[in-house]
Amino acid sequence: MRRTLLEGLLHRPLSEPPPAVDAAELEAVARAVGVAARARLGRSLSIREIDAGSCNGCELEIIALGNAFYDLERFGLRFVASPRHADVLLVTGPVTRNMRAALLRTWEATPDPKWVVAVGACAHDGGEFAGSYACERSVGAVLPVDLFIPGCPPAPVDLLKGLLGLLTLSAPR
Amino acid sequence: MPTILPELRAATRVEAHHPWPRFVVDVASWRVAGGELAAGRWTLLGLWGEADSVHMAVLRGDRDAIAVLTLPCADRRFPAIGARHAPAIRLERAAQDLFGFAAEGLPDARPWLDHGAWPVRAPLGRAEPVADAAVPYPFLPAEGGALHQIAVGPVHAGIIEPGHFRFHADGETVVRLEERLGYTHKGTEALMQGADLARAARLAGRISGDSTVASALAFAHAVEAALGLAPPPRAVWLRALAAELERLANHLGDVGAVCNDASFAIINAHCAVLRERVLRAAAVAFGHRLMMDRVVPGGVAANLDATGAAAITALVAAVRQRFPRLVELYDSTASLQDRVVGTGRLDPALARQFGCGGFVGRASGRDFDARRWPGYPPYDDLRFDVPVRTEGDVNARVWIRIEEIGASLGLIEQLLAGLPAGDVRAKVGSSAEAEGAALVEGFRGDILAWVRVAADGTVARCHVRDPSWFQWPVLEAAVDGNIVADFPLCNKSFNCAYSGHDL
Repeated sequence: MRRTLLEGLLHRPLSEPPPAVDAAELEAVARAVGVAARARLGRSLSIREIDAGSCNGCELEIIALGNAFYDLERFGLRFVASPRHADVLLVTGPVTRNMRAALLRTWEATPDPKWVVAVGACAHDGGEFAGSYACERSVGAVLPVDLFIPGCPPAPVDLLKGLLGLLTLSAPR
Repeated sequence: MPTILPELRAATRVEAHHPWPRFVVDVASWRVAGGELAAGRWTLLGLWGEADSVHMAVLRGDRDAIAVLTLPCADRRFPAIGARHAPAIRLERAAQDLFGFAAEGLPDARPWLDHGAWPVRAPLGRAEPVADAAVPYPFLPAEGGALHQIAVGPVHAGIIEPGHFRFHADGETVVRLEERLGYTHKGTEALMQGADLARAARLAGRISGDSTVASALAFAHAVEAALGLAPPPRAVWLRALAAELERLANHLGDVGAVCNDASFAIINAHCAVLRERVLRAAAVAFGHRLMMDRVVPGGVAANLDATGAAAITALVAAVRQRFPRLVELYDSTASLQDRVVGTGRLDPALARQFGCGGFVGRASGRDFDARRWPGYPPYDDLRFDVPVRTEGDVNARVWIRIEEIGASLGLIEQLLAGLPAGDVRAKVGSSAEAEGAALVEGFRGDILAWVRVAADGTVARCHVRDPSWFQWPVLEAAVDGNIVADFPLCNKSFNCAYSGHDL
């Protein structure tokens, strides 16, 4: 224990510099989020993650955002346990019909202003599960989506780019 | 008479089913099979439907023989195996929902995967349209003076998959836990029907994202068994390399997560770093952090170059250097040991009855690992230990994983050292209808895949049974008598798949 803690003090942190968010991505986020967000949120966002029927691949990469390399919380982004505390709903999966009601109720439980970020190919257009009797077409078919982060699953660095874009634009200038 | 299962008096062996035999049986033999399972002489490996028949895969003895039994049921009725053998109950409830069957005598007739939200009833059977109306789902009762209920999910507080847990508690003590699953049902089996092999392999790789390599490998093995195809040796070794990296990543992540659920965050922080290093090495070596879509029927869709091999070598060195210290910390921290030792104990008799695979079974005395038996290449050329313990508590499951991390590191070194040269993908073709089955050891346990490939090379029917089917039910028993606050710890120590189970 002592050795592990001592090393933690003496070594440089593993956390890596944030990825650059390019202008085109920022513009896309700006269009999606609109001006209203900028004044209200300051430089922090509380995120409630909802698995709406993903294969859990997206969850693995979202969890990885918390490891020392990405260290999400240093940017003012944090995951919260309740939709009541959330600004952003981060939704994965093709929205299975069995999860539709729970997703809607979670959205309704989230106070305004709120944003929906759809994560992964399934959330965008059903991905490999498009056309199934058991799935809605996408997150967009159930909720108004403000931002889409592509990938199957998106790597943590892609998730970080999308969320940082949201943060940059929602901060007062 | 099938010599492989002499218990069955009347059975017709089906041609073109590999590598294990498939027998078409009558109702009397189906009942005999139910009796063998109930008596504990056979273990249920899977049970799934088809339009006009129901199949089950069984293991005879501890590692004697495997066979698939098929009961034709044109009238869509069959005697429930679950009437005498509890591990079949959820599988039969699922078969009822998907195919419109009636499993006669099933003690629990409530729907399982069908929550009343689909536009069709019996989507893989007659697919009759239904109006959108949720069906009430009565939870099982618990009776007593001061009991209260706690309803959790399907949306959970953490970043995890959706499912519902209904607790009956007496103060802090869990009197009954009941799971309700099916929220992530995506209709994967229906999508596979009629799909070409490439598309079906992508679907197999998304049954449970954390087991993408193992599930795709089980599917590929089944297809290759059906078509009589042998992938090139280099592909076989690269598959094992990917599978061991996947096992390593999951075990590292979960050992940390179990400690985190006991509020000991420092091990989680360090394990998460090691897990990230595994995924980064996988991205360098195989071009995808989770190695999705790399295992395909016929071989692998990625080759390993010197850079990839070097990344994996460096990874093994890093884990070997860092992990033992975390294990020492785990084992010597009294407050942590107080939480994990004796918590969430799974009775070895239950593990045996349910045929629990993976670390769940091996922590409760069930000595089964599909890599060793029935076995598949290249593991017959490799040395590895399969740890087994009997305590069956959270601590035992953590220790099995710790020891398997060591075993996987050893396997990865052997795989890198002995990697054959040559092609990594064989041409896949089919000319006649054929069936295949496979058992592959994922990080959670043995994954059963069964496939019928049509003459045109598409998938006529495919079923993939995740290990979670036989682990979720016993979690309910393992939690019994523990305090509610220890449930996350117990649950994480099992880490059953929701998506893998719900399909």
